[in-house]
Amino acid sequence: MSATAELSLKDRVLEILSHVPDPEIPCVSVVDLGIVRDVRENAVVITPTYTGCPATIAIEQDIRAALDGAGLSHVKIETTLTPPWTTDWISDDGRAKLRAYGIAPPPKGADKHSLRETAAECPRCGSLDTEEISRFGSTPCKSLNRCLDCQEPFDRFKCH
Amino acid sequence: MSDSALFHHALRLGDDALILGQRLSEWCGHAPMLEIDLALANIGLDLLGQATHFLNLAGEIEARGRDADALAFHRDVLDFRNCLLVEQPNGDFAQTIARQFLFSNWQELLMREIAAASEPRLSAIAAKAVKEIAYHAKFASEWVVRLGDGTDESRARMTAGLDWMWRFVDELFDPKDGAPSHRAEWDSRIARTLSEAGLELPKPRRGVMGGRKGHHSEHLGHLLTEMQFLQRAYPGAVW
Repeated sequence: MSATAELSLKDRVLEILSHVPDPEIPCVSVVDLGIVRDVRENAVVITPTYTGCPATIAIEQDIRAALDGAGLSHVKIETTLTPPWTTDWISDDGRAKLRAYGIAPPPKGADKHSLRETAAECPRCGSLDTEEISRFGSTPCKSLNRCLDCQEPFDRFKCH
Repeated sequence: MSDSALFHHALRLGDDALILGQRLSEWCGHAPMLEIDLALANIGLDLLGQATHFLNLAGEIEARGRDADALAFHRDVLDFRNCLLVEQPNGDFAQTIARQFLFSNWQELLMREIAAASEPRLSAIAAKAVKEIAYHAKFASEWVVRLGDGTDESRARMTAGLDWMWRFVDELFDPKDGAPSHRAEWDSRIARTLSEAGLELPKPRRGVMGGRKGHHSEHLGHLLTEMQFLQRAYPGAVW
């Protein structure tokens, strides 16, 4: 296969997968979240976010269905654990979508100091005067926070 | 590491995570506050995820066609290799926190060691797990301080919970079982949090061992009857 054809398959697969939403946070796609690690030699390489994320199986099924639907049944799905997923894999586009959806995105580079988190920015009013209510939220990837300015509770993507 | 040693290592790590994950799931809908309910369920879920990876790896190495589900649901109590600490009953909230505090601090240091070691399949799982476990250890340590430094009632319960769980600590560091070499670091972490909580170190007592050889307390059998009910009642059931 020529280099151009290889590239176009990759682009095509990425385009298809950019319309596959995360089952738990449907505002972002599996590409935005960095779950799709690579596309190579007729295989999509994906990586789990959290080991116990219950969406992992659903994500794989959704990707399979999207590929099959586009006539790409021959493209396999492979899973890798290395290098481990971190919130740095979330794209800038993905961060903007999370914020618009009401989930404070993790700052870039946050995985370096996951437990010494900086103040979350309220996705509603932009205030930094916020507090953490619970480190464990509605899904494994989120913590529960509250804005002390606009009083709105909100989810924050955990730094990881 | 030989295949047999690697199999047993992965099995121990997987069984620890599986049994504690199952224990924590018993809290679902019963915790003192909604936030705690979510936290305990989330920690349990992380542990079940880790267990799936470690047990699948164990099955792969063993190469007898067993995957994580087969190892979790088709083994009887004597074949489990988890430490005794994780199978202990939840007791009250303080006892659950005591167990989590001792275990997560140990597991975090252990996974850090495994992540840096040379077996690539184990270290890939450990490198993911260690980031999750850091949250568990922090959660449990904060509650030890809150309960220890709280009311007379909460302090008494925290003290009793730690006292009950303490006898199972020595087993975690038994050098025969690929135990981590970080006892000193673990000791200092535990001592630091207890001092912040205004609690004394539990009195030394003779350690209870045997989980790694399949000699379990009565509690594990009861846990398995619930966890394995479906596969025992309807062998091979799938959905």
